Order: sequence, then structure tokens, then C-alpha cells
Amino acid sequence: MSVMKRLSLIFRAKANKALDKAEDPRETLDYSYERQREMLMKVKRGVADVATSRKRLELQLQTLNQQADKLEAQSRQALAQGREDLAREALTRRSAIQQQQTDLAQQHAQLQAEEEKLTLASQRLQAKVDAFRTRKETIKATYTAAEAQTKIGEAFSGISEEMGDVGMAVQRAEDKTLAMQARAGAIDELLASGALDDASGTAKDDITVELERMSSSTDVELELARLKGEITGGAPVPQIEGNATGAAPATEAPAATPEKQGETT
Amino acid sequence: MIVRIMGEGQWTLGDEHVDVLNSLDAGLESAVEGGDQEAFNAALSDLLANVRALGSPLPDDTLAPSDAVLPAADSDLDDVRALLADSDEGLIPG
Repeated sequence: MSVMKRLSLIFRAKANKALDKAEDPRETLDYSYERQREMLMKVKRGVADVATSRKRLELQLQTLNQQADKLEAQSRQALAQGREDLAREALTRRSAIQQQQTDLAQQHAQLQAEEEKLTLASQRLQAKVDAFRTRKETIKATYTAAEAQTKIGEAFSGISEEMGDVGMAVQRAEDKTLAMQARAGAIDELLASGALDDASGTAKDDITVELERMSSSTDVELELARLKGEITGGAPVPQIEGNATGAAPATEAPAATPEKQGETT
Repeated sequence: MIVRIMGEGQWTLGDEHVDVLNSLDAGLESAVEGGDQEAFNAALSDLLANVRALGSPLPDDTLAPSDAVLPAADSDLDDVRALLADSDEGLIPG
């Protein structure tokens, strides 16, 4: 038998079985209505869960973007200081991060699609549950148990099919969200371990350390040159002092100014 | 006839389209039986596209069971096999 017919029969069999179990079909209506409301809550929770996971991915993407920008800045800085090896290392790391970004962006798109689907499913179910409630009250008010059986059939099968479909959609979304959370957790761990460097800036990566070391050793060299100049008493000394007084004469203490003037004259 | 696409909702189609759907469905069935994932994907997306194009969506508050139910667009062979093998305590809640 054809696929689409077989599937519809499977849904129908489920509905009929539930209906056959009840002695008074009118009781089935109330019971089913309760289950519909539970399913509705479940779908809405599902939408919220997917949204939470989506937001978490967005935060991670943001962190990765900052990290990629930082590595690019580092590679420029390293190149400016003539350290091509460091620049290469920074760019290599940035390319690893770019792969993560692509991966996360794909997952983000998937979650977004799932969220939209579930939101629509929740709207459809809400409309059907409302319609069912009205139908249920009419049937209970109008028909005897025997008459109700035939009146209930279609509405019940219709809502039961929707419940089955929505139930599976929620399940699928849950599975996807769980898989996504596991991966998001792994990325969080990676970020925390410093392998991708923490963008909060608390942990310094080795490229930063190296750049800082280079800049501090440059500072030391400059300082050394200055001290050497002072000791030899040659030309560098007045040059440095001349700069200092020239740059900020107003900030000099008034007492110090005559001294220096005396020195130079 | 009323057709449900799982995860999307229900469509109603005129009787004149039943033959088209049936022949496409036969292709889907042989893909499922032959375990041919590629043919399955093609047949399913063809079938779904026809339902969406030829049918008109039922209003959300309709409480009618479907004459035919089609797997969700992103299903693969295994999903459909599992659906078809669904027993009392199986995949479909309800």
C-alpha cells in the first residue's frame, strides 16, 4: 500500500483505539481536551527551549567574532614589529576560529528554522484546541452517549492526528536542541580553557605575552640607552632634560624650575 | 482529499489531482522499499511540492482527519521506515 495512505491509517488507528476504550465517548472529550492543553504547554516550552539555545549560540558567535578581531589586530601588531612568525601564528588561530564561526552559524540557522516551525505548530494547535473545546461543549450539551459516538469521531481523529504530528515535532526539536547544547558546552569549555583565548581578557594568550615581552624589552633598551647617556655625561643628557622641560613646563614644581635653569646656564 | 504534510499542516486537494499524487507516491514507495536514499529525497520533495502547489491550506481551526499523511520535508529513509513500522507504543504520540 502507498506510503501516504499507510501513514494516515497509522494515525487513525491511534485515534480509534483511544475512542474505543471509553465507555461513554463524552468522557473521552474531556480527557482528550486535558491532554491537548498539556501538549500545548509542551510545545510552548519547546519554543522557549529552542530560543534559549539559539541565544546561547548568538553569544558564542559574538565571542568568537571578538576573538577573530583581536587575532587580526595582533597579527598587524606583530608584523609592524617585524615578527612575521608571530603574525603567522595569530592568523593560523584566526582561521581555526573562522571554521568554528561557520559551523556555529549553520547551527544557528537550523535552530532558527526549528523555532519558526514550532512557533507555527503551536499556533495551529492552539486554534484546533479552541475549536475542539467549542465542539466538545456542543456535543456534550446536545447528544446522548450513543449519538455522541459518531459526532465525536471526526473531530477526535482530527485533533489526535495533530497531536501526534506536533508531538513528534517537539520531540525532534528537543533532540536537536540537546545535541546543540552538548556542542555549545564543548565550545564553552574550549573558550574557558584558553585554547581559543577568553575574550573576557582575564587570561592572556601566548601571542599577547610575546607582544608584551617585545614591547617591554624595547622599553628596556630605550631606558638603557638613556642611562648610558647620563653616565657618560655626553650630548644625550641635556637632550633628554631639554625635552622634559620643553614638553611640560607648567607641570614642573616652581622650586625645581630655578634649579634646572641654573643647571643649564 | 485532505493531505497532511507532517510538521507543516493540512491541505485540501480536488479529486482531479489524486492520480498525480498517487503516481508520485508510488515512486516514493518503491524508493522506500528499494532503500534508495537519493530516489527517496527526489520523490518526497516532488510529492510535497505538488501538494503545496495544487492544494490550498486548511484553516488552522479545522478538525478533520487527513486522507493521506506525508513525512516531513527533512525526513530521511530511516525516519520514514520507523514511522511505517510504528506500533502501539511507537514514535507517534497520542
